[in-house]
Amino acid sequence: MTDLITPQVAHADDGHPEQEHHGPTGILKWMTSTDHKVIGLSYTVTSVVMLIIGGLFAEIIRAQLSSPNGTIVSLAQYNELFTMHGSVMIYLFAGPFAFGGLANIIVPIQIGAPDMAFPRLNALSYWLYLMGSLTMLMGFFTAGGAANFGWVAYAPLSNSINTPGAGADLWIGGLLLTGFSAIFTGVNLTATIFYLRAPGMTMFRMPIFTWNMLVTAILILLAFPVLTAGLIMLYCDRHFGTHIFSVAGGGVPVLWQHIFWFWGHPEVYILALPFFGIATEIIAVFSKKPVFGYKSMVFATLTIGALSLGVWAHHMFTTGVVLLPFFSIMSLLIAVPTGIKIFNWIGTMWRGELWFSTAMLMALGFLFTFLIGGLTGVYLASPPLDFFTHDTYFVVAHFHSIVMALVLAGMGGLYFWGPKFTGYLLNEKFGKIQFWFLFIGTQVFTFPQYILGLDGMPRRVAIYPHSPQWKSLNDWSTFGAILVGISMIVFVVNVGYSWKRYPAGDNPWDAQTLEWFTTSPPPHHNFYRLPQIRSERPTWDYNHPEHRSLAHGTGGTSTHHEPPLANAIVGMLEHDQDHGA
Amino acid sequence: MYHLWQGFSIGAVVIGGFVVVLFVYAIVRFRRTGDNIPRQAQYHLPAEVLYTVVPILVVFGLFAATLVVENKEVSNPKTNVTVDVNAFQWGWKFTYPGTETVVIGQTTQDPTMEIPVNTNIHINLTSTDVLHGFYVKAFNFSRYALPGVLNQFTLDAVKTGTFTGQCTQLCGLYHSLMFFNVKVVTMPQYSAWLAKTANPAAFAAAAKTTKQQTSTQVPTKPASSQGSN
Repeated sequence: MTDLITPQVAHADDGHPEQEHHGPTGILKWMTSTDHKVIGLSYTVTSVVMLIIGGLFAEIIRAQLSSPNGTIVSLAQYNELFTMHGSVMIYLFAGPFAFGGLANIIVPIQIGAPDMAFPRLNALSYWLYLMGSLTMLMGFFTAGGAANFGWVAYAPLSNSINTPGAGADLWIGGLLLTGFSAIFTGVNLTATIFYLRAPGMTMFRMPIFTWNMLVTAILILLAFPVLTAGLIMLYCDRHFGTHIFSVAGGGVPVLWQHIFWFWGHPEVYILALPFFGIATEIIAVFSKKPVFGYKSMVFATLTIGALSLGVWAHHMFTTGVVLLPFFSIMSLLIAVPTGIKIFNWIGTMWRGELWFSTAMLMALGFLFTFLIGGLTGVYLASPPLDFFTHDTYFVVAHFHSIVMALVLAGMGGLYFWGPKFTGYLLNEKFGKIQFWFLFIGTQVFTFPQYILGLDGMPRRVAIYPHSPQWKSLNDWSTFGAILVGISMIVFVVNVGYSWKRYPAGDNPWDAQTLEWFTTSPPPHHNFYRLPQIRSERPTWDYNHPEHRSLAHGTGGTSTHHEPPLANAIVGMLEHDQDHGA
Repeated sequence: MYHLWQGFSIGAVVIGGFVVVLFVYAIVRFRRTGDNIPRQAQYHLPAEVLYTVVPILVVFGLFAATLVVENKEVSNPKTNVTVDVNAFQWGWKFTYPGTETVVIGQTTQDPTMEIPVNTNIHINLTSTDVLHGFYVKAFNFSRYALPGVLNQFTLDAVKTGTFTGQCTQLCGLYHSLMFFNVKVVTMPQYSAWLAKTANPAAFAAAAKTTKQQTSTQVPTKPASSQGSN
């Protein structure tokens, strides 16, 4: 069990007590485990498989668009492909990868908890997610094909007259299941972070990744029930004649958009915040510095979370039925906390000692790509500019810059934390090859799309017979998508090549947070012992007691010994609290 | 609007460029040179305040510019010509109230909406079935056609010529083929065209279908449609 002992008596290289946990092994372990690390790994593997499936859809889409009158797929198949590409990537990859996969594994260890607060609920989350994913994908095997109304399922196209097939119902059902899975994970993360922190791990000593996951979890709790309700309404409209979204029965089609985006915009940050957290951790570790502006980082995250609940109608500027200025200013304002984050990341690198490992390259690639996506997002927040870019490839390019940035950060997360939960490092040479394919591929496939969008190419069209001049830019975009595809192949090869090849050790990166204090992989219930937690970097403080974080204006050199005043006061308060416990 | 685009672009290039310069400088300048541990600086309050306050000011500047342009764009000036634009799966119907002209076309036959140049055109945009997007690249403008909602806006074409328009909102199987043209002509040409294309029978039939369609929301084939997919 976990002991809290002081650094004076604990040494990182002490022999560990024998691990006393006799559970099933192999497939039975996978099926029955409530260990957050096993569940998290299942989530990670499943979601990466979804990334590959969604990526294959994307490659087919790009192949189709490489000719103005492409005939690789039919119009009907094309609608299914982009619908399922978006659905798989957003519902089945990005969210589950972040909050089901990495957060599930890392958050409890980062805060010194033995497991998630509700281990069985956690297992239920995974199985709901897996079943939901299979349910949604099953649509391809129905007579009418998979859902084909776009990943946003706008009413009334998604009603039973316009989309009668079973694929649409499987899409709704699958999304309900994964939605519940997300809600349960949100409950679990919130409870874990609030109640299972180790002694000394105050809120303002939580690593940024954990902070971001807390805000993500709260956003999940606020937003996902709305989506669930909307999906049930949609299902009732389709099968029970409720006319909630149909004009004929006095319903309002635009209501679906309000419900969908009331979930959908917080969802953007539910997807993004975890990856911001991953990038923050990586940049700090590989700059050998604390997170610059830790507190402003936390407040930026909270601000993003709050603002994200009030911007949904910027997806609806061109509907003509929303108040434009309110949603415009709210959307523009999100640029401020996001900008703070970007400056904080650069501040973290400033005067650091940058180690360009694969994880760091991925994080830096994230930063650049996210900057592009963020700046183009500002244009879209202005209604007059949105009027001529809405539903064009400009929007497609904007959000692919964002999500590809997240993919870069996610890959960085795998290279960074993979050694912690598998015990083995991934090959760096393959990693760097993967990074360059992924990074260059991303820019090559998004940049032409910005231009295409400004030239008027609408999204979700399978052919562009009147504008053959768009072919060359589309070809560039397709070429970029192929590079991204190659990067995924390199990743899979790397995982196979590095399989149990490079033992990682407890702390291969000289990292800072608590998860690097325990073994790789961590034992059942995560810790044999904990260091003193006196900042958000307990492992760093333990390994480098003479290099504590410095506030502005304190200390002139790196060998400064005194902790800054604020930390000293908090430390004193903590001291009393610890002795009471 | 072009100035708004320019303004946003200047902001994006200046701020983005500044960030990229810092970013690249950090990458080049602060490469690891050994096993040194750098100074563990974590806060720099003046810098943090600066990069919070300046973006807020920039954002409000952009918002002010947005408001000015937006108010101009959504204003409703006096109009002389009205066109009822009706979108359906998968085509467009342009009805000219007060005349007897109606233009209908679907999928492979792109209909042409003719309008006079330098005239405020009042557009009544409706949809018969699902959502559609009325988008003419040359006008830098798009607006949803929503079932059950009358969307109104004003166009003022400043140049003659023929421009391509297209549905931008996914509307089902033939979404990719839902094109139309806007032909901007001089006022006399426009009047001549109206006189030439007047077709009371088709107009009456079209008016009737529109009424039916909006009341039942069931897609009906327009009377004069001959399109085959």
